[in-house]
Amino acid sequence: MSGNGQWPLWEVFVQPPGGAPFEHSGSVHAVDAESALQNARDVYARRGEAVNIWVVPTAAITASTPEDQGPFFEPGNDKPYRHPQFYSSPRGVRV
Amino acid sequence: MQETEFEARIAAGETIEPKDWMPERYRKQLIRMMSQHAHSEIVGMLPEGNWITRAPTLRRKMGLLAKVQDEAGHGLYIYCGTETLGVDRAELIDQLLTGKAKYSSIFNYPTLTWADIGAIGWFVDGAAIVNQTMLAKASYGPYARAMIRICKEENFHKRQGYEIMATLAAGTPGQRQMAQDAVNRWWWPSLMMFGPSDKDSPNSAELTKWGVKRKGNDDLRQRFVNLTVAQAKAIDLVLPDPDLKYNESTGNWDFGPIDWDEFHRVVHGDGPCNRERLESRNAAHREGEWVRQAAEAYAAKHVAAA
Amino acid sequence: MDAIHDLCLRLADDRLILGHRLSEWCGHAPILEEDIALANIALDLIGQANLFYGLVGDPDQLAYLREAIEYRNALIVELPKGDFAFTIMRQFLFSVAALSQLESLSQSPSKELAGIAAKAAKETRYHVRHATDWVLKLGDGTEESHRRAQDALHALWRYTGELFDRNHVDATQWRKTVTDVIQKATLKVPEDGYMQRGGREGRHTEHLGHLLSEMQILQRSYPGAKW
Repeated sequence: MSGNGQWPLWEVFVQPPGGAPFEHSGSVHAVDAESALQNARDVYARRGEAVNIWVVPTAAITASTPEDQGPFFEPGNDKPYRHPQFYSSPRGVRV
Repeated sequence: MQETEFEARIAAGETIEPKDWMPERYRKQLIRMMSQHAHSEIVGMLPEGNWITRAPTLRRKMGLLAKVQDEAGHGLYIYCGTETLGVDRAELIDQLLTGKAKYSSIFNYPTLTWADIGAIGWFVDGAAIVNQTMLAKASYGPYARAMIRICKEENFHKRQGYEIMATLAAGTPGQRQMAQDAVNRWWWPSLMMFGPSDKDSPNSAELTKWGVKRKGNDDLRQRFVNLTVAQAKAIDLVLPDPDLKYNESTGNWDFGPIDWDEFHRVVHGDGPCNRERLESRNAAHREGEWVRQAAEAYAAKHVAAA
Repeated sequence: MDAIHDLCLRLADDRLILGHRLSEWCGHAPILEEDIALANIALDLIGQANLFYGLVGDPDQLAYLREAIEYRNALIVELPKGDFAFTIMRQFLFSVAALSQLESLSQSPSKELAGIAAKAAKETRYHVRHATDWVLKLGDGTEESHRRAQDALHALWRYTGELFDRNHVDATQWRKTVTDVIQKATLKVPEDGYMQRGGREGRHTEHLGHLLSEMQILQRSYPGAKW
């Protein structure tokens, strides 16, 4: 950011209290993991929103592309066995 | 073909994400709009930061410090959001420091008394909330999400400002005078924050077509006026507009003419504090260079060693 | 009771003045992320001051209506903020001592004091972590940052002796912790020379008067007013 240097981007994931899953909060610039973690905590967790924080170099993330959206994600109505409604259970039994 | 698909997505209320195809103009408009917003948050730290060391109670001191800190955070969220469009933060900062990029002209006004801090929270954050609530539905995902986060935090800013004004208005004669004087100086510039009428605003049409702006400048300004009139009455402060009058048929508060000459003058560099604001940001950047270089050098040494 | 009263004033004054100095960076820090970080630390400190003041009287009265001669902070915290190296080094030297003191006070028989100290210790752990990271980066960064960090150490060292006067701070442990980090940062621990003192007795540097003039101006100008 000084013009010469590299301040890699890090993606910040925050786990809210109460056993919830991690959520993507945004990003921070930092030279290394330790300062990325500290920055993330100061920027995204100063209101008690987090019990845990992950920082990941943006470059380390492999993402699906928009072109993938169709075939990659399509559950296919031809695979109903993935859904609980496909299965029946005897009356009165909770499964 | 892609453009038609894109517009269909917008019309269907879909959210555009960083890797999605988008017209180059959409990308450019968003970069301009988002970076301007981020710059405003950063420059906005200066007029308010001016009173941190003089805040009159510990509670006010902490409240103001937290507010200014939030503004830094908001700038950061939006810079990060802008970077998803393929531009570097360093480049954006450079545009701000060299005067190439704009920021909200409201921050080119000076904070002369403690009451100014109240007025800023009440009017400037109040206006920002009206604007940002709309932007929380913007078509570009990262911007909308930054806005939602910001809106959550901004409410405390406005309430803090209003509480300061209410306390002053109910205080000593000197304090009442301080409060009224601040209102007199900050009211009209706050109305100008919404920008000129859409018909006079070059970017409005495109931004509306693409679902970035969902309401016009005049609509938002009117909404802000309607909200604020009652608030002023409640604490016995007078908005400096002799033409302010309730319109029975529209349900709006009609208000007087805005001095757009002043607006354009300030936007183009002749506001009371333009030069000071830019010099302050440049000084911080310049004096901080050795620190940033140190961090880079340290990281380079330790990556090599790892 | 007097002893606790004095202790709380010292604890509070240290934190208010140091928090005030840190808050001067807001809007002027070398990077945006640091504007946020330093403000965080300042807020923690002023918050702690508010709580410690509360144990002995009205916090605003104590903060805004006492003269410099009545203040009981250590000299080190009232020194002007200097450059970023000075600020970080001062934060580091102070916070390591503060952490030790607060951990000890968390065991105090006075329940209220112990409670505040425990919360403050948690926050201070983070201050130590943050300052340590920067001491390393500045000491072991560039030639310029190294020089500035070393200069800061030299300027601050004579004010460190006062941190252990009448305090629950293990000076030996402090020295060991601080030496480890300083050396890891490729810096030299300064020689012990004459240690400046007086803050605990209200004999301050010229800096405190100016700081308080600024901080207290509104309360002094509008006696009795509410804010």
